[in-house]
Amino acid sequence: MLCRAAWDLAGERENMARRSNNNRDTTGVLSGAARPLFAGLLALLSSTANAAWELNLQEPVTAVARRVYELHSLLLWVIVVIFVGVFAVVAYSLYFHRKSRGHKAATFHDNTAVELAWTIVPALVLVAIAFPATSALVDMRDTSQPDLTVKVTGYQWKWGYEYLTGDAAGVKFLSVLSTPRDQIENKAPKGEHYLLEVDRPLVVPVGKKVRILTTSNDVIHNWSMPAFAVKTDAVPGFLRDTWFRAEKEGTYRGQCSELCGKDHGFMPIVVEVVSAEKYAAWVAEQKQQLAAGAEDPNKVWTLDEQVARGETVYAANCAACHQASGEGMPPAFPALNGSKIATGPKEAHLALVLKGKAGTAMAAFGEQLSDTDIAAVVAYERNAWSNKLGEVIQPAEVKALRGK
Amino acid sequence: MQATPHAGYAGNHDHHSHGHPTGLMRWVTTTNHKDIGTMYLWFSFVMFLVGGAMSLILRAELFSPGLQYVSPEFYNQMLTLHALIMVFGAIMPAFVGFANWMIPMMIGASDMAFARMNNWSFWLLPPAAILLTTSIFVPGGAAGTGWTMYPPLSIQMGMGMDMAIFAVHILGMSSIMGSINIVTTILNMRTPGMTLMKMPLFCWTWLVTAFLLIASMPILAGAVTMLLTDRHFGTSFFAAAGGGDPVLFQHIFWFFGHPEVYIIALPAFGVVSHVIPAFSRKPLFGYVSMVYAIAAIGLISFFVWAHHMYVTGIPLTGQLYFMYATMLIAVPTGVKVFNWVTTMWRGSLTFETPMLFALGFLVLFTIGGLTGLVLAMTAVDIQLQDTYYVVAHFHYVMVAGALFSAYAGLYFWLPKWTGRMYSEGLGKLHFWLSIIFFNVAFFPQHFLGLAGMPRRVPDYAQQFADFNVISGIGAFGFGFSQLLVLVVIFQALKSGEKASSRPWDGAHGLEWTVPSPAPYHTFEDPPPFNQAEAHG
Repeated sequence: MLCRAAWDLAGERENMARRSNNNRDTTGVLSGAARPLFAGLLALLSSTANAAWELNLQEPVTAVARRVYELHSLLLWVIVVIFVGVFAVVAYSLYFHRKSRGHKAATFHDNTAVELAWTIVPALVLVAIAFPATSALVDMRDTSQPDLTVKVTGYQWKWGYEYLTGDAAGVKFLSVLSTPRDQIENKAPKGEHYLLEVDRPLVVPVGKKVRILTTSNDVIHNWSMPAFAVKTDAVPGFLRDTWFRAEKEGTYRGQCSELCGKDHGFMPIVVEVVSAEKYAAWVAEQKQQLAAGAEDPNKVWTLDEQVARGETVYAANCAACHQASGEGMPPAFPALNGSKIATGPKEAHLALVLKGKAGTAMAAFGEQLSDTDIAAVVAYERNAWSNKLGEVIQPAEVKALRGK
Repeated sequence: MQATPHAGYAGNHDHHSHGHPTGLMRWVTTTNHKDIGTMYLWFSFVMFLVGGAMSLILRAELFSPGLQYVSPEFYNQMLTLHALIMVFGAIMPAFVGFANWMIPMMIGASDMAFARMNNWSFWLLPPAAILLTTSIFVPGGAAGTGWTMYPPLSIQMGMGMDMAIFAVHILGMSSIMGSINIVTTILNMRTPGMTLMKMPLFCWTWLVTAFLLIASMPILAGAVTMLLTDRHFGTSFFAAAGGGDPVLFQHIFWFFGHPEVYIIALPAFGVVSHVIPAFSRKPLFGYVSMVYAIAAIGLISFFVWAHHMYVTGIPLTGQLYFMYATMLIAVPTGVKVFNWVTTMWRGSLTFETPMLFALGFLVLFTIGGLTGLVLAMTAVDIQLQDTYYVVAHFHYVMVAGALFSAYAGLYFWLPKWTGRMYSEGLGKLHFWLSIIFFNVAFFPQHFLGLAGMPRRVPDYAQQFADFNVISGIGAFGFGFSQLLVLVVIFQALKSGEKASSRPWDGAHGLEWTVPSPAPYHTFEDPPPFNQAEAHG
């Protein structure tokens, strides 16, 4: 009962925090190094207005998350009671057994009965809490009989979603941070969901058991959603699974939870839980796009068309490392502007983009992007900045190279 | 000691007459356990300041949302080096320094068993430290993987990673040599009459720690060597494409990594087990159960490694086993806490700086231990893994546990080392600033973690801003308070009162039977050992 009440309270607080989570960048006039310092202090001072003093786990929206919440509350009580008990004794000693009060030291130095008691009693307490801990865990791991299965692939630094079963089977897309660079660099006020927003969220129906299969394309990532009590590593070359059944419609936000390189902090996870009707409509829309969007691989592109397309692909996939300016961040992330690859033979350039470079962060984009997108992005790189080669690359050329 | 020209050693530092090198060469070539202990302690303090400065870079960046001072890559490099330097450069060498200074004096031995190897154990450390710190300046920068160095991320890194791997190899060699030395010294060089069960508890904690080191450092060396061959020689231990498994590294790493936690914690327990009885003026309660608890903790620490890996996809049965085994560690740890509490019970307590730090240790380490119990529960850990809750938890154990204990030991034995008393006022100021700022820095991180803020990120969503500001203020306050240690030491050396051979009336042990400062050579003949100086 107590846990339940605490949970309701925390939920209330969480909602308030979410509502009042407006932007706090109120320090326009300050500049340089002092600015963030003042921004932080101001945030602290003005925190009564936009408080987000979250003290507990996020409001659970799955049965598993609620059990975890209650288990944590139970444990919190247990450790608080132990702590208070032990340090009440210490406090008594510190006050009454002081030399300055003239207390003479006793000389006892062991007592088998007492020592046995404080070995056995804690062991029994542990056994008692092992029961709820075990059953919560067993529940958590039961991925059987899902209503739909989604494969989640971690990339440096974005997520790929592919619906494997259910109505949306076949739908797949990438999900990338949508917070503008200007906000991250403090050149623009931060939005409400700063760093916790993506261009395309995962959409799932409410009340359905969703099985998540995780894997990765490069390094270990972790797909984590606190409101669902879900957190599972995405290990390259292996599949892991987890599940959730969201009970409430809404938008839920999490973040990659395993250090995966420089933009680890910039690959959030957003899940939209929608009603059955909305989900059906969403699926229909996706299917329609899938049918209409299948691009003609034999289309012949012009330079301008292709560079425009390539620029978008570049911004979403390449700019994090090689930078919008094409200057990269040498030596880890080489410049493309004027580079040997981007101005040399196009076959080598295409092959590098398709297959990646082992032992570096350069991924094999052949697995992520279509022939059209690869042709476009390579063409863009060969025509942007000072690389004015004037080359057009047709998707058919990419297709031919894939086989090699 | 006979009335020969050697008699001079007992009373003063006149080692020059022996024809030893002086100046810098004295320190380079020394085989004296006290010199080496001093070097370990200074080295660890310098590394502590370096690692601390790195943590302040992290906290400065986290002071408000957005990217301010450093790039995300550099942030990752700083968090990696902060951890590696603090664990391998600061805390471990600090306790090896205590071991070198105190173990021979506690057991009535003239020096460590392998005096020349002892010199090497120390002098391997500076090259490793140089490799780690200079790796920031090589192309690609330092390793940005976290101290856990998980592949495949560590495969992507530049040559900074290789420097870190080499540094770990060297540090491992140093630790193993130091450990063999400690084991041999303790097992063979105790003064007649000092049986193992009458040995000071600090020696017991180091005996178990040394075995943990000997057993676990080669595992780490193996793990990083496999990483090295994966990086450069095309092996695929950790690459699925070649038939390997990235998670294998985590198993090997944590098979080292969990004992490592106790390698740091056990000597800290040892120091506290000397300080609390001394200022309670009452023998340590439950000496025998303390020894068994230390041994049990050491043993169990090898069987709980995968509790660091609950989210890697290990099977349910694995999660259950590691959860139960981890909970088991709470029992001997609880025994130790209860023993310390009961040692104070009905004592005659005073609160000099060493006692204050020991009490600070007791309170904060218990908090860290209790949040460890929360994290042991797999289902809860899955919510909290890789969040700031974990960061808070292990800083309570490592900083408030190990560091506070090291300070307790420093203030406790400083009069013995230098022959001078420190200023009690400065010491107390150092304690109160440390404990207040420590809690300001780390307590709010529990809340950040519960609310879901991931660790190892240079930037965060706005709802985490308030607690990060508080944490930042605490971190800077804590960091700058530590400079007081230098003031304390130099004040003591310059104008401290002369210390008697036993400056603490409640302290027992052979180290208090020699003059302060301890002569360059002590116990050239085994001293008589009686119950009055025994520990239990």
